[in-house]
Amino acid sequence: MNSTEPQPPEADMWAQVHASEDFQRLRKRLRNFVFPMTALFLVWYLTYVLLADYAHDFMSIKVVGNINLGLILGLLQFVSTFVITGLYVRYANRKLDPIAESVRNEVEGGDKQ
Amino acid sequence: MSTLAQGSVEGGNPLVNIGIFTLFVIITLVIVFRASRNTKTASDYYAAGRSFSGPQNGTAIAGDYLSAASFLGIAGAIAVYGYDGFLYSIGFLVAWLVALLLVAELLRNTGKFTMGDVLAFRMRQRPVRAAAATSTLAVSFFYLLAQMAGAGGLVSLLLGVEGDVGQSIVIGVVGIVMIIYVLVGGMKGTTWVQIIKAGLLIAGTAVMTVWVLGKYGLNLSELLGSASEAAGGNDALLNPGERYGESGTTQLDFLSLGIALVLGTAGLPHVLMRFYTVPTSKEARRSVVWAISWIGLFYLFTLVLGYGAAALVGTETINNAPGGENAAAPLLALELGGPVLLGFIAAVAFATILAVVAGLTITASASFAHDVYANVIKKGNVDSKTTEVKVARITACVIGAVAIIGGILAKEQNVAFLVALAFAVAASANLPTILYSLFWKRFNTRGALWSIYGGLTTTIVLIVFSPAVSGSDSAMIPGADFSWFPLSNPGLVSIPVSFLLGIIGTLSSKEHLEEKHKEMEVRSLTGAGAEKATTH
Repeated sequence: MNSTEPQPPEADMWAQVHASEDFQRLRKRLRNFVFPMTALFLVWYLTYVLLADYAHDFMSIKVVGNINLGLILGLLQFVSTFVITGLYVRYANRKLDPIAESVRNEVEGGDKQ
Repeated sequence: MSTLAQGSVEGGNPLVNIGIFTLFVIITLVIVFRASRNTKTASDYYAAGRSFSGPQNGTAIAGDYLSAASFLGIAGAIAVYGYDGFLYSIGFLVAWLVALLLVAELLRNTGKFTMGDVLAFRMRQRPVRAAAATSTLAVSFFYLLAQMAGAGGLVSLLLGVEGDVGQSIVIGVVGIVMIIYVLVGGMKGTTWVQIIKAGLLIAGTAVMTVWVLGKYGLNLSELLGSASEAAGGNDALLNPGERYGESGTTQLDFLSLGIALVLGTAGLPHVLMRFYTVPTSKEARRSVVWAISWIGLFYLFTLVLGYGAAALVGTETINNAPGGENAAAPLLALELGGPVLLGFIAAVAFATILAVVAGLTITASASFAHDVYANVIKKGNVDSKTTEVKVARITACVIGAVAIIGGILAKEQNVAFLVALAFAVAASANLPTILYSLFWKRFNTRGALWSIYGGLTTTIVLIVFSPAVSGSDSAMIPGADFSWFPLSNPGLVSIPVSFLLGIIGTLSSKEHLEEKHKEMEVRSLTGAGAEKATTH
């Protein structure tokens, strides 16, 4: 940060990076993934909780042996949690990390740290 | 309790239990002393020099998260209430998606040590840090008290230590060992304790799970059938509603709990602080992935263990044991592997309390030293970094002392609601501010203050006037009745209130911080200028 060269004030620098095409793309990609995904798993979780809370007969339907619908839906919550985790990691590694890295290098390079 | 002349679990050998636990304490103390050699700066003390890898930190998170309440409590709840016990574990697990998708990486990139760092990034430092520290201390205190009070019950259950004096001494010993971990080891030592404990816990429960399933030819359906038969054969244990299906109020109570669980985790200060112990946001992401894997696996094990205990030990025996439903997992261990396995499981349960309490203490002391002392009282002009660490160490001792005294006073109390309260405060006071701060550019100081203090106050007021404190048989003060709020879990009301207060507070204030938010957003998404790992 102690560079002797004249530099734009820091706030301008951040605003510039913020407005850059790369950063806007990164921001959009992140939000386009995490917001819908959060809505999805919250709705799915709440549906499950409401079913377990209020639809006892439905959840008590036996499917295989002593395993009922409630247990299957509960285990599916585990499955969906693992799947969403996997999807996010893949998405972040492929679509987010490369841009984030290039923007970061640009900022820190310009920072003369 | 006086009818239980035996005190401890019948057939267990307290000497074996104490021996295995002592071995754990000695091994971890050696590791903590070794890990402490490089602890010099604030970054070393609070964040272990940011030198842990994602898998290490993820395992430590699992160690921090899987408290005695989730180990003994959930297995016991499944054994006694069946399906309704299983519901807890699902909320506890799904909650990690909030941390993964919305919080972990962005927080790691923006802050240094505490939640206050993230808020202070663009708001007026002193008020928001004071607010963040208040809610951090409140959550830590409730959580700490629940763990320490649980330790008292566990003592009589597993070690055969009876009487007030005996139990108080054991709580004192647990507290002192914990203070040594935190003082000497800082975050690095504490993290290693969590990692070891998580390993032991998961290994122990894995062995028991395979053992139980082996008895039923690896057939889950047969295990369920046998559990249901042992409980009376009417499928009550397999269907939902055994615990929360009683009335409209209990159903609403469950919904409220479910919401607090899923939104509370990502606001728990001791979980948030763990994200600072890794060098990059990518490692923070890997941490959560590892944590989710361990925690998910563990809850699948508890499902088998709970039904296994119902089938092999019997619900009635569990209810009549000292410690009630908490005894399910230890009794199952005894049934399967005799006194040695019981000793191992008992020691793991103690290690669990010890590790969780240590994690909470370091978080609370960091929040006080870093947010309150260094930035509110000293206005950011602390003479040297070592002073801040010194204050953190003194605070840790004070918190440890409070935990010991609180644990001794609360040991006869019904404190199960304290954990729910901690989650409700975390979900109402912490999560809205963190999310707004990271994602909403208009958010400002007044919004943060209203949301934190409003959420905290609403939660506590609703709890005080709930049936958990007065007006029911299982209340904290059973004799009195000043309750008017019907639910034991305030989340259903307090979480929306807090989100709303954040919006109203923000819009009613003229403070605009959009420019600063641009910088914050660039930093949080890219990791530019984030705190790096220190190398020794």
